[in-house]
Amino acid sequence: MDRWTVSALIALLSLFPSFHLSAQDTSAIDRGVRVGIIYRPGVRPGFVLLPRQGSGLDSARAIIARDLDYSDRFEVITLPGGDSIRLGAPAAATRPGTPPARGQSTTRPGATTTVPSGGGGAQQGATLNYPLFQALGADFALDLTVTSDTLVAALHDIMAGGVRRTIRAKLPAPGQPDFRQATHRIADQLVQAALGTGGIAATRVLFVKDGKVYQIDQDGAEMKLVSASDRQAMSPSWARDGRRFAYMEFQAGRGQLFLQEMASGKRTPVATTGKALDFTPAFSPDGLTLAFSRATEEGTDLYTINVKDNCCLRRLTVGRFSDNLSPTFSPDGQRIAFVSTRPGLPQVYVMAADGTDQQLFAPFDYGVTGSSNAPEWSPDGQSVAFHRDVAGTLQVFVLDVRTRTVRQLTSVGRNEDPTWAPDSRHLAFVSDRSGYRQLWIIDLDTGRIRPLLQQSGARLPAWSPRLPEATSSTP
Amino acid sequence: MKPVSLLFVVGLGAAVVASACKPKAPPEQPAPVANADSAAAAQAEAERLAQAERDRLAREAEERAASQRAADEAAAAARAAEEVRNMVTAMIHFDYDKSNVRGEDAGILDQKVAILQANPELRIRVGGHCDERGSDEYNLALGNRRAQAAKQYLVSHGIDASRIETQSWGEERPAVDGHDEGAWSQNRRDEFEIIGGGDNLRRP
Repeated sequence: MDRWTVSALIALLSLFPSFHLSAQDTSAIDRGVRVGIIYRPGVRPGFVLLPRQGSGLDSARAIIARDLDYSDRFEVITLPGGDSIRLGAPAAATRPGTPPARGQSTTRPGATTTVPSGGGGAQQGATLNYPLFQALGADFALDLTVTSDTLVAALHDIMAGGVRRTIRAKLPAPGQPDFRQATHRIADQLVQAALGTGGIAATRVLFVKDGKVYQIDQDGAEMKLVSASDRQAMSPSWARDGRRFAYMEFQAGRGQLFLQEMASGKRTPVATTGKALDFTPAFSPDGLTLAFSRATEEGTDLYTINVKDNCCLRRLTVGRFSDNLSPTFSPDGQRIAFVSTRPGLPQVYVMAADGTDQQLFAPFDYGVTGSSNAPEWSPDGQSVAFHRDVAGTLQVFVLDVRTRTVRQLTSVGRNEDPTWAPDSRHLAFVSDRSGYRQLWIIDLDTGRIRPLLQQSGARLPAWSPRLPEATSSTP
Repeated sequence: MKPVSLLFVVGLGAAVVASACKPKAPPEQPAPVANADSAAAAQAEAERLAQAERDRLAREAEERAASQRAADEAAAAARAAEEVRNMVTAMIHFDYDKSNVRGEDAGILDQKVAILQANPELRIRVGGHCDERGSDEYNLALGNRRAQAAKQYLVSHGIDASRIETQSWGEERPAVDGHDEGAWSQNRRDEFEIIGGGDNLRRP
C-alpha cells in the first residue's frame, strides 16, 4: 500500500518536470563557453547587395536581389544608388569592433562602404567594412562580379567578419534561354550558404489557362505555353525529379491522362486510360506510379498505374455511394491523402499507399464545415494544404499532419487550389482578391502575399520541385 | 322489212360514196355548214374534252389536296418529332453541390421515360455539368454523379441501361456566362443528347 503510494508520487512528480525547471534560478549568468543559435523573433537576417557594375551584371543582380527578397528569408537592405556610393580602397582586414581602416569619412551611413575594387574574380581574401554593415543591420553582404562568362558571388558573413562562400558559375549571356534559370540557381546556392536550407528561386509553376498548360518562373518571368492542344487540359502535376509532369485532357467528355517531358516536350498517353473519365493524376515520389481518379457509373474512385512499365492498374478505393478523388502522395510514398464524399460533402481523407487503413485526415464539424478539396502534401511531409468552402466561398487551409489540426490561411476573396513550393513554406494558389482569378504566392511564415501572374483565367497551379539543370523546357 | 333494210344499206352506201367523193368537190363550195349530225358529234367531242378537262382539274385538285394533306401530315409528324425531340433534350437542373434529381424535374424525366418506351431504337447521352462555384476538379466527379442520377432515374423507370450513355463535363462547358446565382443555377444541369434512333420519333 505504502509502496504503491510512493511509486505513484514518483510517477506524478516525473510527469511534471517543469516544477524543477521553474524552481531554477535563471538570473545567474553562466561564465565560460557559450554555444548556441541567436534567435531574434520577428527579425530576419539583413542582406546587402553591394553595388557593382559590369556587362551582364545588372540583370543578374536584379534577378538575384528579387530572388532573395522572394525567398522571404532575408531583410534585403537597399543601399543608396550606385552613383552616390564612393567605393573605398580595400580595407585591411577589418573586424567587427575595429573602426574602418581607410573608409572615406562622410556623414551619411552607407557612403563609407568599403568594397574591394579589384574587379576580378579573386574576392576570396577581400574584406568589407564589417562594422558598418553591422550597423546597417546586415548579417550578410553579397559581392557580385563577372569575369568573361563566369559570375562570381562572394557571400560575406558580417558577424563572422569574412567570406563564408564564393560561388563561381558560368552564366549565359542575358537573353539566352538558360540565363534566368542559371541566375536563379546561384540565388538558391546563396540561400543554402547563408542559412543551410535550399531556396526556391530555380523553380517554376505550371498552370492552366484557356484550356492549355503554361509554365511561369516563380518570379513571374518567362510565361510560356507548355502543352498546346485543341482539347481542354487540366490538373498538371509534377514528377519529383522535375523532368516531366502529368496532366489530363478532355476528349469528348472522357479524360485522358498524359505524361510530358519538360525538356523535349514529348508527350505520351498513359496506357489503359482513355475510355473512362480519368483525372487528377499524381506521381508517387519515386516516379514509378501514377495515382489518379476515374469516374465511372459506380462513381469516382482512386486507381494507381505503373507508368514505368505501363501496367498493373490497381483500384484503391471502392465507394459505391461516394466519390474518391484528388490523390496526393506523402513525400515518403507511404501514404496518400485524398478527397472523399463518404461523409456527404467532400472532405480530406488519408490511407496507406496500397489503399488500406482509410481514415479521416482533416477534421471537420459534421453539418457545419463546408466542402474540402484539392489537397496537396507538402514536400517536407509535415502539412497538407487544401481549400475549404467557408460561407459560400473557398479559402486555403493547412493541415498539420502530426497534430491533425487545421488552420485557415486566407480570408480575402475566393482562394483555391494551393500548391507547395519545394521549401514547404510558400504556397501558390488561385485568388480573386484583385477582382479576377489570378495566381498568388503566400509565405506561411511571414504571411506576405505577392501576385505571381496578373492575368485572369489562370487556374490549377502546380509548383515544381527544385529543377534540374538540364530542364530547358523548349518544346 | 328486208327491202327496207336493203334500201337503207344502199342509201348508206350512197352516202358513203358521196362522202368519199367529198374531197373532190370544188373548193368554191359554200362555207362549210356542218350538218346536224357532225355538229352533234363535235358537240359531243367538245363535251367529252371539257369533261376530261374537268376531270383533269378535279384530279389535279385532288392530287394537290392529297399532297397538301401529305405535306400537312408530314409537317405535323415533323412537328411532333420536333416536340418529342425537344422533350428528349429538355435539361434538368440541380441544387448547389447536389446530385439528386429535384422534385420539379422528375416530370421532365418521366416524359423521357415515356418517349424512350415509345421509341425503342432511341439512344441518348446524358452530360452532367456544374457551376464555377465549386472546386474545379471535384466538379468532374460531381458532374459524373449528376449524369448518373438522371440515368439511374430512367433505368429505375424501366429503360434499358445500355440505351443511356453518361458523361461529365465538370464546370468546363457553362451554358450561361456569368458569376452570379442566376448564371450558376442554369449551369448546374444535365444535358440530354440523342445519339441513335432519332429519326421519326413517335409521340408516346
